[in-house]
Amino acid sequence: MNELLLGLADDELLIGWRDSEWTGIAPVLEEDVAFSSIAQNEIGHARAVYELLTDDADALAFDRPLDEYRCAPLVELRLLDWARTIARRWLYEVADEIRIAALMEDADARVAGLAAKIDREEAYHRMHAEMWRERLAGVPQFQAAVEELWPYALGVLPPPHREAFAARTGRAQVDAIERDMHTGELAELWNEMTLVRRSEPAGAQW
Amino acid sequence: MVTAEQVWDAFAEIPDPEIPVVSLVELGVIRSVDVSDGRVRVELTPTFLGCPALEAMKRALVQSVAALGAAADVQVISDDSWSTDKITPAGREKLRAAGFAPPAPREASAPKLVQLQAKAFRCPYCNSTKTSLENIFGPTPCRSLRYCESCRQPFEQFKTI
Repeated sequence: MNELLLGLADDELLIGWRDSEWTGIAPVLEEDVAFSSIAQNEIGHARAVYELLTDDADALAFDRPLDEYRCAPLVELRLLDWARTIARRWLYEVADEIRIAALMEDADARVAGLAAKIDREEAYHRMHAEMWRERLAGVPQFQAAVEELWPYALGVLPPPHREAFAARTGRAQVDAIERDMHTGELAELWNEMTLVRRSEPAGAQW
Repeated sequence: MVTAEQVWDAFAEIPDPEIPVVSLVELGVIRSVDVSDGRVRVELTPTFLGCPALEAMKRALVQSVAALGAAADVQVISDDSWSTDKITPAGREKLRAAGFAPPAPREASAPKLVQLQAKAFRCPYCNSTKTSLENIFGPTPCRSLRYCESCRQPFEQFKTI
């Protein structure tokens, strides 16, 4: 299994799941719509990447034990706070752009083709994140949230990409929180995400 | 024996599950139809990867081919080969008439916020270019929300992708 692609798919699945937690409760209606739509896109990207890796995307997404997920700790965090949520969205989108740009040059045409498709969609997420970053740039809670989440954000990218990431965000490199560990917040999310599959091993029907 | 032309004609009758004013052929999501040995091989490109209508589209294609007395093998191609430029001129006009502003042409680089805030977007109701971006995101992944300052009508703008 390609660990880089599995990590990408797991990141997209989890951030989609976390972003969808704003559905119905975002501070303004426009953001309720935006976060729901972004979440739907991210989970769609996860599915497409899982499909590159396996014939059964649902099984790969939901039938693994917790310690086999390869997501970055950044996307595991439950952030019921707008400044932290926006800080994560912005940092994640900058990191994701760097990672997707590299995959667009991949020798495997299927990977490069999918990365190009994902990049077109992510352009809208980047605009949204950048718009909010500008709006909150002078707000102390946002600055503190970026500071707090920066070591987590660095862990999204493999070390060779981190210098570019630091340059793009105007920050210094620090010790990254790597994807070889999980935060305590993944367990609850895993329970929720895999509940249907574990309850209905033969496959749920609607 | 079913022909590719018959299959294309049948597909031209299948409405998009979310915007039924246009057919799947007008939306440009059917990349190819290949008929050999009585088997119909169809390549389908998603609009957005997370589009929930994709499964419904696949089912509709299979049923449509079954109605012609053949079996279909629908393959989803998840690369960058579909863009909103593939929507046919007839499809664009049907979208506009239904109140969905058709997408602006794709450019070489990915879209930027400054482009979405440009006055180049036309209101599908009164044709004014005095429109403003209300929300990059709309009721489905493929649409944004804009507002026409001339006729004061909110409208949905197909995202360029």
